[in-house]
Amino acid sequence: MNTHQHVSRRVLLAGALGAGASWGLAGCGEGSAGKPGAQPTPSGDGGAKGYDGPPVELDFWNGFTGGDGPYMRKIVEKFNAENPNAKVKMTVMQWDDYYTKLPTAVNSGRGPAIAVMHLDSLATNAARNVIEPLDDVATALELKQEDFADEVWKAGEYNGKRYGIPLDVHPLGFYYNKTVMEKAGLDPAKPPMTADEYMTALDTLKGKGIQGHWASPFLFTGGLSVNALIWQFGGDLFDDGASKAAWADEPSVKAVTWFVDLVKNGHSPKNVAQDADAIALQNGKTAFNWNGIWNINTLREKKGLQWGVAPLPNIGGTKAAWAGSHQFCLPRLKTPDQNKSTAARVFLNYVSQQSLEWAKGGQVPARRQIRESAEFKALPEQATLATQIDDLRFPPSVAGIGDAIAELNKAINEAVLLKTEPAKALGDAAARADKILEANRKKYGS
Amino acid sequence: MSVRGYGRSTPYLFLAPYLVLFLAFVVGPALFGIWMSLHDWDFQLPGKPFVGLQNYKDLFDPLSATSLPFWHGMRATGIFTLASVPFLVALPLGLAVLLNRAFPGRTFFRAVYFAPYVLGVAVIGLMFRYILDTNFGILNAFLGLFGVSEIGWTNDQPWAWIGLVGLTVWWTLGFNAVIYLAGLQDIPAEQYEAAELDGANRWQQFWNVTVPGLRPVFVFVVTITILASANMFGQAVLVTQGAPGDSTTTAIMVITDTGLSQFRMGSATAMSYLLALCLAIISLVNFAIFRERKS
Repeated sequence: MNTHQHVSRRVLLAGALGAGASWGLAGCGEGSAGKPGAQPTPSGDGGAKGYDGPPVELDFWNGFTGGDGPYMRKIVEKFNAENPNAKVKMTVMQWDDYYTKLPTAVNSGRGPAIAVMHLDSLATNAARNVIEPLDDVATALELKQEDFADEVWKAGEYNGKRYGIPLDVHPLGFYYNKTVMEKAGLDPAKPPMTADEYMTALDTLKGKGIQGHWASPFLFTGGLSVNALIWQFGGDLFDDGASKAAWADEPSVKAVTWFVDLVKNGHSPKNVAQDADAIALQNGKTAFNWNGIWNINTLREKKGLQWGVAPLPNIGGTKAAWAGSHQFCLPRLKTPDQNKSTAARVFLNYVSQQSLEWAKGGQVPARRQIRESAEFKALPEQATLATQIDDLRFPPSVAGIGDAIAELNKAINEAVLLKTEPAKALGDAAARADKILEANRKKYGS
Repeated sequence: MSVRGYGRSTPYLFLAPYLVLFLAFVVGPALFGIWMSLHDWDFQLPGKPFVGLQNYKDLFDPLSATSLPFWHGMRATGIFTLASVPFLVALPLGLAVLLNRAFPGRTFFRAVYFAPYVLGVAVIGLMFRYILDTNFGILNAFLGLFGVSEIGWTNDQPWAWIGLVGLTVWWTLGFNAVIYLAGLQDIPAEQYEAAELDGANRWQQFWNVTVPGLRPVFVFVVTITILASANMFGQAVLVTQGAPGDSTTTAIMVITDTGLSQFRMGSATAMSYLLALCLAIISLVNFAIFRERKS
């Protein structure tokens, strides 16, 4: 299983919504975590000047359980060697557990000093007082909006404050098995990049008895592929402000229908199991698979596998691909600790400048300067996927949005398994999601 | 001379170690749960507005965000319980009767049938996730030898239920068998002798000696099996992920998701209480059915 496997439901959001009320509430409740002013005032340099206080130990939690984990560990070890007074201890757990555990740990005062989150989880956790603002770190790093894709940058803000320092961007890409393409008489140097080319290629493969694109009914990778298709066909997941689900509209129905037709037209088996689409590509059972950038290292480890990766083909008419982003954040400390707060900022500062090392783990660095560096361009697969940067679309940044997206995933599951017609599955799911969004507005007060 | 007297508090002192844990970890949280279910509860949010019975009312309001998933979950739990309990009550009984007879290797087979129960749900789930995989699973590969086309054990109905029930039966049947075995050994051999003298064959002995002799064991086995099946969680999470659609998403999965992913703990505790109430009623019915009938 890959590291991003579990973005599923809590993956939420971050604050594009008018955030007003919830913050007001936070100030007057009994939760100690929520009292403004109870937090130590950080040193003011946002960690830029290093740490020379008494020795501190910093817990650092993340969900890098896959091939990317060792790369982060390397960065941590390097930091520890250079900063004898601040020892970072990295703990890795499944994302799913992580998003459940972190709030509880923070609440009981046993939370880590540093954490990583997906961009669509930031708003929820900011709204729930799990993490604290770190505008000073952004200032110290001289981070500017121009350095990042707009959405990556904006997702880190909630109620006018910055909660996330973007580390990377992980887009969906188009992987192809060159051996299988050759066998069918396709040119592996020229993967199909338009809707027509794609269908022609699939028909050619079908002529050779190969089901060319396995359509997964699960979030990984079916859900992510359908998200991309919805954007390509001109639809969107939510309306402006994310008050209603927009995936019952015609473009979304077209997108899902295209994906479901892969099954109906024999380009995919029925009932594809979780991860079977990715395995089929590795085993030479299928030619194409849309999968996350994290798949690069998995495929690279397969000796003898001839594969390539390209930006997603443009099926729907608009270039677009799904992407996520890891962002650094600082969990609230129940007992304020000036030294810890300072040292944690020093660490964030350090890692943000090491994101090339991180790119080797199979990611696109969030910062433009690093993306455009010669060193990054020397990582051919990552660099190929990074060319999509301007076409990338992200899950919206609203507290609790993951609860609503879970309904879309259910609809995709039913449609791809041929249990329900796409239009009906999407319509029912949108109606359920609207109720959840309404309940969330009440809960998070926006 | 009577036994030396003891203070009034003596029995309670003996009970105390258990009672303290019971109060702290069962009764306390249960009462706290009732309190939570009357609020819009998120432990991380400072405001936890009191909403009275709204969380319960929502579960009966088809237009609310919580009722549909909850009742789908209840339906899934109900289907699984109905499908698994008969097998989990009948098969272990047959097994226990076999294992109760004298034959070479008896101890070995007793251990073999009990062995899967020792494994945790994570091990079982992962193992069957591979065995039942639609595209690359060993079961479909085996069936393929006989020309059976791919069956969606993890993502098509009714196969997903058959898979989940099958693996659960394989996994837990040893436990019920051991309980039956203990029950069988409590039935006096004289009763069988007497039946035999009266000319009863093996089948008649089974129905007229074994089954009545096991009545108290039945009550226990049926009750705990229903409760265990109604609490099914790990198998569906690991093997089917609740798919296809939400058809194998059990009530406990819905409660976990509502409480620990969506952080609507008030709704989640209300769901828990409703589920507990249903199980309590079923258990009472169960006791009533198996009550010793006066002849």
